[in-house]
Amino acid sequence: MLGKLTLSAIPYDVPILVGTFIGVAVIGLAVLAAITYFRKWGYLWREWLTTVDHKKLGVMYIVLAIVMLLRGFADAVMMRTQLALSYQGNPGYLPPHHYDQVFSAHGTIMIFFMAMAFMTGLFNFVVPLQVGARDVAFPFLNSVSFYMTLVGAVLINISLFIGEFSNVGWLGYPPVSELQFNPGVGVDYYIWAVQISGIGTLLTGVNFFTTIVKMRAPGMKWMHLPVFTWTAFFTNIMILTTFPILTATISMLSLDRYLGMHFFTNDGGGNVMLYLNLIWAWGHPEVYILILPAFGVFSEIAATFSGKSLFGYKTMVYASGAITVLGSIVWVHHFFTMGAGADVNTFFGIMTMFIAVPTGVKIFNWLFTMYKGRVRFEGPMNWIVGFMITFSIGGMTGVMLAMPAADWVLHNSLFLVAHFHNVIIGGVFFGYIAGMNYWFPKVFGYKLRDSWGKWAFRFWFVGFYLSFIPLYIVGIEGMTRRLNHYDNPNWHPWLLVACVGVFVLTLGVICQVGQLVFAIVDAVNKKHDAQDLTGDNWGSGRTLEWSIPSPVPHYNFARLPVIRGLDTFETEKELGRPEPVSELQPIHMPKYSSLGPILGFFTFLLGFAMVWHIWWLAIVGLVGAFIAVVVRSADLDIDYYVPVEEIRADEEAFAKRLNAPQAAE
Amino acid sequence: MKRLWRFFPALPALMLSGCTVDLLQPGGPIGEGNRDMMVLEFAVMMCVVVPTCIATLVIAWKYRAANTKAEYKPKWAHSNVLEVFIWGIPVLIIAVLSCINFWSTHYYDPYKPLAQDMLKREHAENTKPLEVQVVSLDWKWLFIYPEQGIATINELDVPTKTPLDLHITSDSVMTSFFIPQLGSQIYSMAGMETRLHLLARKPGSYRGEAAQYSGPGFSGMKFRAIAMPQEQFASWVENVRTGTSQFAEKDALDEKTYRRYATPPAVSNEVAPAPAPVTYFSNVQSALFQHIIAKYNNGMARDANGNGVMHMDMQNNGANGTSSATGM
Repeated sequence: MLGKLTLSAIPYDVPILVGTFIGVAVIGLAVLAAITYFRKWGYLWREWLTTVDHKKLGVMYIVLAIVMLLRGFADAVMMRTQLALSYQGNPGYLPPHHYDQVFSAHGTIMIFFMAMAFMTGLFNFVVPLQVGARDVAFPFLNSVSFYMTLVGAVLINISLFIGEFSNVGWLGYPPVSELQFNPGVGVDYYIWAVQISGIGTLLTGVNFFTTIVKMRAPGMKWMHLPVFTWTAFFTNIMILTTFPILTATISMLSLDRYLGMHFFTNDGGGNVMLYLNLIWAWGHPEVYILILPAFGVFSEIAATFSGKSLFGYKTMVYASGAITVLGSIVWVHHFFTMGAGADVNTFFGIMTMFIAVPTGVKIFNWLFTMYKGRVRFEGPMNWIVGFMITFSIGGMTGVMLAMPAADWVLHNSLFLVAHFHNVIIGGVFFGYIAGMNYWFPKVFGYKLRDSWGKWAFRFWFVGFYLSFIPLYIVGIEGMTRRLNHYDNPNWHPWLLVACVGVFVLTLGVICQVGQLVFAIVDAVNKKHDAQDLTGDNWGSGRTLEWSIPSPVPHYNFARLPVIRGLDTFETEKELGRPEPVSELQPIHMPKYSSLGPILGFFTFLLGFAMVWHIWWLAIVGLVGAFIAVVVRSADLDIDYYVPVEEIRADEEAFAKRLNAPQAAE
Repeated sequence: MKRLWRFFPALPALMLSGCTVDLLQPGGPIGEGNRDMMVLEFAVMMCVVVPTCIATLVIAWKYRAANTKAEYKPKWAHSNVLEVFIWGIPVLIIAVLSCINFWSTHYYDPYKPLAQDMLKREHAENTKPLEVQVVSLDWKWLFIYPEQGIATINELDVPTKTPLDLHITSDSVMTSFFIPQLGSQIYSMAGMETRLHLLARKPGSYRGEAAQYSGPGFSGMKFRAIAMPQEQFASWVENVRTGTSQFAEKDALDEKTYRRYATPPAVSNEVAPAPAPVTYFSNVQSALFQHIIAKYNNGMARDANGNGVMHMDMQNNGANGTSSATGM
């Protein structure tokens, strides 16, 4: 009846997990009680959970990303404290069974549910506004994508309290992830969490590719696209070309585990190197999928806060394109040690090195954007200066790893771990957080408190170096990644420093949470000077999204903007906004749909049932999801018109706000 | 937490205490090659990274909004001269590094026997290479010396100034064979044979490890690589053969004994599996290594010359050659 699920799957004998469960349960119950007390269930369901509005979905993606960041960060703290303790005979407090799940969950969560969710959230919010569209190309599909990502995240977190998570790292390398060596449900949780969220990401790719190609405002040529949208475009191309590989690879692993096939097993003609090639043919483009949007964010911010056009716009676009192409032909550098021939290794090594060219070009472009500008060091700008320094160092170690003759000793070492955290924290994370600070007022109409943001940056910047420079050093001292305990006295002091570093990072996280809490407090108190009344919060916005009110009305643009060049809003500010030629028209908008969450619910049943081999429930989930899709396909009542009166009222209110400061002078 | 802070005052002293930085103090020419590549790239890249970081800070400070004396050109966004430098400098540097990349990947290719000029520098051009067959097990390393007819667990003894010809496979999951101070690592995979050529210059005891996660016993999957002068190595081999060492296993390493050692230890959720003790085998069944590979390939393995493929059941040059390989 319940497949492999028995009472013994609940880890009530592991104190850490019981404590975590109690904590999560208390917070969860408090949230549920608060929603009930304030009678917000209806509001939550009608306005948020069933939404197809790209802005609200963007917010939900980022909320999910932040929650997952806290989870993944807790894993990081556990790993660093374990390694600070587990020295010379001391086993530490995490036995391999637990520790291995922690590092696997950390990687999986940070990549799939923190970084990817954050990135998709930024796309959702920003891209339609930057191209002057009223929603994405397929609004309902967008809701489905979100629920697929959410289901993956829920599955990975349920594995904490029911059963176990994968213990074989974030990429689930076989044969150690095969049934023969891993009979538990951990790898199955990994498979279904990644598989379901991967489908969500693929649908996101379809959606945003179409949106950028087909839904640009009248007059917006390709070379008028803001750089963030360009990077989103290239990213979505990479999602479309590589996520099917992930789906196929994970499917093959599932076939091995569920139906006894032999794609990657030791025997029966399976080949582990097939898996490594396939997973990295997705996995390497994946890291460029993450970093390109961060480059886009930096490009927007550098121009805005330097009060200057972005230097070398076309170069930026071509460099992003070059990264897209090169990023797809370098995957073998993840396993120069598999024993490929020297020519193969040389090819992939040189290709990898050449990625440093377009990336270096970008760094110089941001540098020359600041050059002869008027640089204002508000929150978002701090992150970009920190990024340029940190990412340069990360790029340098990346080039070091690209040389097979060096990689043969650095492979799988903590040097490598330090390198990818260097580029992912220093690049991706700094970029997304800068983006959040930058666009937050646009989303909510309230600012994040800048001083807290700056302190968050300082702690992250210093904490990063404290945590990861020691890892570079122990890597050079020959320390392998994923060790649970060790007895080399040379490594110990550095791992203590790294442990101190992770506590400095904790202070950064606290500041960021503080930033969000104070934003809510300010909003509840309707604090006047925290409000963004003009829609152009930074006063130097250049792209379309800053030309409309904050928070953005649900239809985005009262009149579709007419584009005459790059940085339209900046041009408008100089030449004056053209008088609207057309009358306001009713706006055609998609209706919200409860089928998104319903589809998500059945998909969750499917995933959970498959993990535990509860076949009847899996069928219920599959049939339910199928019916939900059929019902949606047959539903013709999916749109409505926003009446002109509503739009006019909004426009007048915005005009009044815009003129208010001038009147005061 | 208290434990952590206790170490704090001693931290600088600890860092300065004479420690070995394995990858920077290699014990052989391959490790030196790895190190040279690393250091060279570091030096070349620093020529760009340091100026870039300084320029970032200088420009950010000079053009800060408060400095109204600085020039302000809000429309300046393109310069052909700069574009040439922006693209040209990285291309130039990467082109130079690519040439070094091509050369070093071929010169230090782990599959190729050590280059003649390298052997000459090591005064080892006339020394016969020592062949060792390496098998990664759950969670220990088995080293078979086919010519000497002996085997060890978790200890790789080698003569100095002698090219090492390592044949590597796994009889469990995939992992990576790595002696940081001797240089390059290579994966070990079931049913496949990978190759690695190393050389230890000076006598010493080097740390060896599994560099790819392989399950709960992974952290304890370590070995020592002990390099000793050639005469001493010969007497060590004699010592193992006679079975007088404290690590001696009285049974010969035949299929039955092998199966006993290859079986993974019991695993509990509470504690890490204990590392396997060092063990010496005075006698090894012939072609054991090929049998281990063959059982994943329907009984097929490379023949002794490494030129062709043969079915292990057909092989008739050994006491147990006719036993079923798949039965292992």
